[in-house]
Amino acid sequence: MATIRILSLILAVLSSITLLWTQSGECNNGRRSEDAVDTDFSGFSVPLEHSFEVDDVPRFHLRGVLQFRGGREHGVYLSQNQLSEKDRITLKDVAAVDGLYRIRVPRVSLQVDRQTERQSEGYLTTFVRACSLVESHLSDVITLHTDVSGCVVGISIVTIPGSCRGIEVEDEVDLEVFNTTISVVAPVTAPVPETAPYIERMEQEMEKKGKNPQEQKSFFAKYWYLILGGAVFLMATSSAQTPPGGVREQS
Amino acid sequence: MAWLVVRLAISVSLLYTASAVFEDQVGKFDWRQQFIGKVRFALFDTHSQASKKLLVATDKNVFASLNSRTGDLFWRHVDKTGPEGHIDALLMYGQDAVVVVGNGRLLRSWETTVGGLKWETVLDTGSFQAAALVGVQDLVKYVAVLKKSAISLHDLSSGSQIWVENLPDSDSVQYQTIYSGGNGLLFVLGVVPNSHIVIVEYKIEDGEIMNKKSVEAAWMSSLESSCAVISSGILLCVDQITQSLYTLSLQSAEQTEMRQIHLQTLDLEVASGFRPVLTSTQPNPAQPPLSEFFLQLSPDHHILLQFKDGLIAPLRDFSPSYLAAFATSGERTVAAVMSPKNDTACSINLFSADTGRRHLDTTVIYHMDPNGGKPNRLYVHAFLKKDDSVGYRVMVQTEDLTLTFLQQPGRVVWMREEALADVVTMEMVDLPFTGTQAELEGEFGKKAAIQDGLLPMVLKRLSSQFILLQAWLAHLWKLFYDARQPRSSVKNEVTIDILSRDEFNLQKMMLMVTASGKLFGIDSKSGTILWKQYLENIQPNSVFKLIVQRTTAHFPHPPQCTLLIKHKDTGLGSLYVFNPIFGKKSQISVPALPRPVLQTLLLPVIDQDYAKVLLLIDDQYKVTAFPSTKNVLQQLQDTASSIFFYLVDSSQGKLSGFRLRKDLSTELIWEVVIPTEVQKIVAVKGKRANEHVHSQGRVMGDRSVLYKYLNPNLLAVITESTDTHQERSFVGIFLIDGVTGRIVHEAVQRKARGPVHFVHSENWVVYVYWNSKFRRNEFSVLELFEGAELYNSTVFSSLDRPHAPQVLQQSYIFPAPINTLEATLTEKGITSRHLLVGLPSGNILSLPKMFLDPRRPELVSEQSREENLIPYAPEMPIREEWFINYNQTVSSVRGIYTAPSGLESTCLVVAYGLDIYQTRVFPSKQFDVLKDDYDYILISSVLFGLFFATMISKRLAEVKLLNRAWR
Repeated sequence: MATIRILSLILAVLSSITLLWTQSGECNNGRRSEDAVDTDFSGFSVPLEHSFEVDDVPRFHLRGVLQFRGGREHGVYLSQNQLSEKDRITLKDVAAVDGLYRIRVPRVSLQVDRQTERQSEGYLTTFVRACSLVESHLSDVITLHTDVSGCVVGISIVTIPGSCRGIEVEDEVDLEVFNTTISVVAPVTAPVPETAPYIERMEQEMEKKGKNPQEQKSFFAKYWYLILGGAVFLMATSSAQTPPGGVREQS
Repeated sequence: MAWLVVRLAISVSLLYTASAVFEDQVGKFDWRQQFIGKVRFALFDTHSQASKKLLVATDKNVFASLNSRTGDLFWRHVDKTGPEGHIDALLMYGQDAVVVVGNGRLLRSWETTVGGLKWETVLDTGSFQAAALVGVQDLVKYVAVLKKSAISLHDLSSGSQIWVENLPDSDSVQYQTIYSGGNGLLFVLGVVPNSHIVIVEYKIEDGEIMNKKSVEAAWMSSLESSCAVISSGILLCVDQITQSLYTLSLQSAEQTEMRQIHLQTLDLEVASGFRPVLTSTQPNPAQPPLSEFFLQLSPDHHILLQFKDGLIAPLRDFSPSYLAAFATSGERTVAAVMSPKNDTACSINLFSADTGRRHLDTTVIYHMDPNGGKPNRLYVHAFLKKDDSVGYRVMVQTEDLTLTFLQQPGRVVWMREEALADVVTMEMVDLPFTGTQAELEGEFGKKAAIQDGLLPMVLKRLSSQFILLQAWLAHLWKLFYDARQPRSSVKNEVTIDILSRDEFNLQKMMLMVTASGKLFGIDSKSGTILWKQYLENIQPNSVFKLIVQRTTAHFPHPPQCTLLIKHKDTGLGSLYVFNPIFGKKSQISVPALPRPVLQTLLLPVIDQDYAKVLLLIDDQYKVTAFPSTKNVLQQLQDTASSIFFYLVDSSQGKLSGFRLRKDLSTELIWEVVIPTEVQKIVAVKGKRANEHVHSQGRVMGDRSVLYKYLNPNLLAVITESTDTHQERSFVGIFLIDGVTGRIVHEAVQRKARGPVHFVHSENWVVYVYWNSKFRRNEFSVLELFEGAELYNSTVFSSLDRPHAPQVLQQSYIFPAPINTLEATLTEKGITSRHLLVGLPSGNILSLPKMFLDPRRPELVSEQSREENLIPYAPEMPIREEWFINYNQTVSSVRGIYTAPSGLESTCLVVAYGLDIYQTRVFPSKQFDVLKDDYDYILISSVLFGLFFATMISKRLAEVKLLNRAWR
């Protein structure tokens, strides 16, 4: 049993689920390729703080440390502490009164060449209902949103599942270790009107039309049988009608 | 394959070609009203006696000619908006009207009868100061334009420049006015503030400087506001500090200083704090002005004075008097003075200018609108009657921009509400039921049912049915009576008393809030103004917020609207509560708002009187509820933890979310900061609260369902980059959940620039931007889907939606610039949506949302055809038949308002700008209404025919059977 406890402790300390964040080309502006080599040392870290209080007055304390790695493949790692016995009880109490579980990060810029001006004032905060965090056994998804210049503009947290059904949770096993998925999301580039593929497609269609021998045939070549049939029909009807007239003329 | 594509495209396009109105439908359910704005210059055409023309130039850059008998527009020219089209001066001589436009950029001459442009000259650069007609030997031949550093003379008939001269010492002297008395000389008057006056004398023929002198005037700061030229070239100025008049002869070389005349010697005194105003008149530009002039000493004190032989003598004292104006007809000049009569009326009298004697029988009584503003401008049109006496008509402009044209003895010939040229916001409210309908409704009221027994209920029902029958018979009789009258004599006058909801709720009350602070209640069917209310002490051009707190649906409680207004002096907000149908101010006590209001929130929570609760959040994040009865406060306490609101601070790029606490304080729960160094927030829009979405998802080609992400709390935030370089500028789109602050989607439109117009509705956002690389307008559409499965199909909660939606986006080229964008709205949301695009040309384009669908495929497949998706084409078509306002263009359209009607197929549309246009649109055609040309006679004759045929054949069959039985 003890070994399991130790193992879980080690796991907790190391538990950091990483999602690689491939930075879009624009964010790499002004960065030389040499930077990619010394990435391991150009990374930096910021604290992730959380707050859950029964009286709902936020008092933030450290939850873990977000480590950003520079370089070609930008990544973010979260190493976080285990919840203490006291914290677990508080969290359950907060969940019982339908309180909020808040997290915050300082406003930072992820651009390495902006390190000096990285620390701007203020924090970005968000929240989730404490009960849903408890009921999901501390499995949450944290997303950091950046703007085009790589500055973090917003943070969001959701738990999976997100609902509060009032299920009893055994605190010992389920409320010790965060099971966190963390990612950094940069804005996507919105599409522009796609004129080139459209023109290409139109040209292809024109070409296809041109190649198709059936389309190239002249009007008579295509419908000769109809015209012939029509002519024969006309002739037949006119020849059938003329005799009576002729007869009358003769009489 | 290609053939199929073409066929599909044709069939789809055919589906929409019939959306235009037919010729006989013109004006049937639409109307347009044209406005001009606040009048800055108004001139009556005195050229001929029978002329009806009234030329006006307004602050909306409009130059127009009004029919002075009816108030209708003869013609109207709308120039560019903003300072580029600003009309600086309007001069008229004979048939020509000369206009200076755009801070002295252009000089134009218009033919006043038809409004045709005669000539146009581009003037030299320099800020405009003054313009005047110049005459030589009783003939007006030239127009002089004074700029900051130059003066130019132009020929009146061709516009060609005769000469242009630089003004001496123009960097130190402020040249402000010009004067010419018809003696071949042109005087340019300038001032060095608090030092001296400079007078430069030009020869009209060649622009040679004949004379230049400067005169000490240490007290003078501005020539324009304190001086006038009277008599034969006498400059007359008034100073409020020394309480004196100063005169100076412009031509005489010997007078080197101004002559001071103390007002005390004339027994006059300027009211403290009031800047005295001089008004002179020069009836003919080729002759010197009259020696009589008005001096205004206080807001309600005018005095007519005469200058004679170097002396000033009072002719007549007008106290009290609000307004005074000169007018000339032929050789006679008269002065019209408006003085208060009693609390509600003013009287206008005519006086002869040279003696100050009152003309007999010239009183015009002007009744002031108790709901309007005070008169502030008076324009007089004088004419000679057959017996050689002077008759006159006046046009009065009030603070609330009402133009009233009066005739003796006080008959209002016409009225124009020019405040409507600048509508800020509007709402549409259902009309109430008629008394009988309301009676029926009231019968089902809870209270009545409990109190009464069964028998009284039956009796009540019978009696109300009887009343209904009576009303119906009366209606039939009226129809019959009207049908016998010739059509022209039947007047469809709309009054408040007969207003009632029609069968399909197509007629509504339009509430319009204008920039000048005047409220209007307009009947949507005819455009008649049913009530108006001028709110005094309002900061003009501020943001108003109009909220409908209680609709007409809660009889017997009257409907209730609330307008959040800003006080002129304190800048604090206050609530104006009124009944939208009658325009009456409500007696309900409103909460005082001691702090500026940041945000308002209309809750679905209602009090016991069925009024929705309005929350006002001030700059200390304290919440005020209105109405704040015990019941409401109790409900708020119960639901406080689920009431969230957001605030936007665009100066810091901060969006923050708050939650209500039980004690009506708030707590910050989320914060998103978009750095202002990179981009700035330009607009934030949520969804409309009264929007219904009928379908939860879209059926795909393979019969599976793609569910829409219908988050009612979603906010669309649009940003623009601070870097305006065409390669680096961008437009950002953030979709943020207003409850949790979660950024649902974040996109960047590169090489794009504003102004961005956008619509946020259902599960989509459509925005328009300017592509700075290709120099064109582009449309982009974002649609959000949950996917093939719904997370929770019964209820949507922002707190419990862990999965991010799928976002689809597509962009298109739009071959026209755009002024405004709005989406149609219907009762149940079954009808397909159209986008209404206001174009600068004044047309309103109804663009099917179907064309803005990010799922439009590149290549047509069996499934996309099944789904009726149009193949992708990068360019958005503009078809003339999609213009819902055919030739009724709306000048400088600024906003479009849409409201649902009682018919699912029909959406009411109001477009406002300089003009107002109201119409109905049918995005999916009129599927729930029989057509106008439906052949009732044919169908009923066929029915009757068949009926009789069966009767007859039945009879025949019986006879036949009988006969057979006998056989």
